[in-house]
Amino acid sequence: MEKTFSTYFDDLRATRVWRSVFRSGTGSSTLHRSLAIQQNVFLHLFSTKVRRRMLSFSTTWYLGTLTLGTFLILVSTGIFLMLYYHPSVPQAYADTKDLQFVVSSGLFLRNLHRWSAHAMVFLVFAHMFKVFYRGAYRAPREFNWVIGVVLLVITLLLSYTGYLLPWDQLAYWAITIGSNLASAVPVFGTKVHFLMLGGNQVNANALLRFYVLHCMILPLVAIMFIAIHFWRIRKDGGLYAHHSEPRTLAATATKGAQ
Amino acid sequence: MSDQKDFVAGLDSNARKSPKRIVFVTRRTTPQVKVTDEDQLQTYPEVLFRAAVAIETLAIALVVMALAFNAPLEGLADPSHTPNPAKAPWYFLGLQEMLHYFPPVVAGVLVPTLVIIALVVIPYFNINIEAEGLFLKDRQKRLRIFYVVATLFCFFLLFFDVIVALVPTLIVGAFMIFASQSSPQSASPLRRYLAARPLSYWIMTWFLFELVVLTTVGTFFRGPGWSWVLPWRS
Repeated sequence: MEKTFSTYFDDLRATRVWRSVFRSGTGSSTLHRSLAIQQNVFLHLFSTKVRRRMLSFSTTWYLGTLTLGTFLILVSTGIFLMLYYHPSVPQAYADTKDLQFVVSSGLFLRNLHRWSAHAMVFLVFAHMFKVFYRGAYRAPREFNWVIGVVLLVITLLLSYTGYLLPWDQLAYWAITIGSNLASAVPVFGTKVHFLMLGGNQVNANALLRFYVLHCMILPLVAIMFIAIHFWRIRKDGGLYAHHSEPRTLAATATKGAQ
Repeated sequence: MSDQKDFVAGLDSNARKSPKRIVFVTRRTTPQVKVTDEDQLQTYPEVLFRAAVAIETLAIALVVMALAFNAPLEGLADPSHTPNPAKAPWYFLGLQEMLHYFPPVVAGVLVPTLVIIALVVIPYFNINIEAEGLFLKDRQKRLRIFYVVATLFCFFLLFFDVIVALVPTLIVGAFMIFASQSSPQSASPLRRYLAARPLSYWIMTWFLFELVVLTTVGTFFRGPGWSWVLPWRS
């Protein structure tokens, strides 16, 4: 038999080293394909099977998947950007300028990070409205919707904290406006404002705080909630399939009219 | 992908061959009791492949965008020089637009908090789960409540001069009145569709509409001193 790419791949999968790494073993049977998901710490978040009609584009528009895509792009470009960036005043601005004009592909990296960030905020909102209009928040998926709202807030905070990092006029004043809103919180306003910025106005302390939040704390929290979000899809019975749900009064009424 | 199984399962999961279980489906069902013999695909490799294609397509689109358009970078941050107008990131411009009409405690604290609380509680209201058309039951009573609430809200917006938020409210309100005059037996598909929409649908649609309008106005139609400008004139 002629050797094809897939037979080479099968040979590779049969080697002792490969099998020591991937617990699912070789073979393309349904069992082995299920094990490939089940026996992998990352993939086990997903169910081993998905209803075919849930994969048609119109059902979900793949908005959740695309949001994950932007997140992955943001993490990878973000790590590269961190290599050239010091969170100090005014070095932060000089570093951003260097990214723009000196660092190889620095401009491209920053552009990709920025546009992906905007895309992620947009996609998170789009995903939320799509889930709402499909009615996919219904029991037993209530809590996954709540986790989704948490992820929306985390996404906004990630984007907002990142906005300050270039330390240009745009960044400085956008954060000044936003942080001034925190002062409007009743009773604790000025305290919240001070805690947020590490001072009474946007300064070097605020930059450092936002940097730590943006590059460390918020991404970790986001990853944790994303993991729960995916895992709950499986635990709650897979993606919401409208026609297997109990017929609602509205649906019955519409049917009666036809 | 062939679905030929090369092993024999110990239990038959085919509901047609094996003895059937009787399940009493109550109002709030869980996925465990539902019919599951519909066509399914293996996550590995089919679903992962599709997800990878979707993400690749998005990545290509973003790379093209990153090559074509540069991220903005202005001068060094200068606390002594306030740009006019100073704008927040675009996704907060809806809030900033409201800040123009209402005190910060309302636009910056109360409204976002209420929005988040409202989003969180959506799945916990039975009225959303049952998803009945808003005006299908108790039509007269519900219409009366709707008129009172909508009128009061419109006057509230007028009082604060929030024309930008009033327009979407009036449009959604008009559609709601249209829905109340329709029934699931109407001849037109649009009327049938609108008549079956529940309260949560109307609130969320109104919210989406306001979000889009306020964000667009804040982004494109606001100039120095938050005055009204036309983007194509500048």
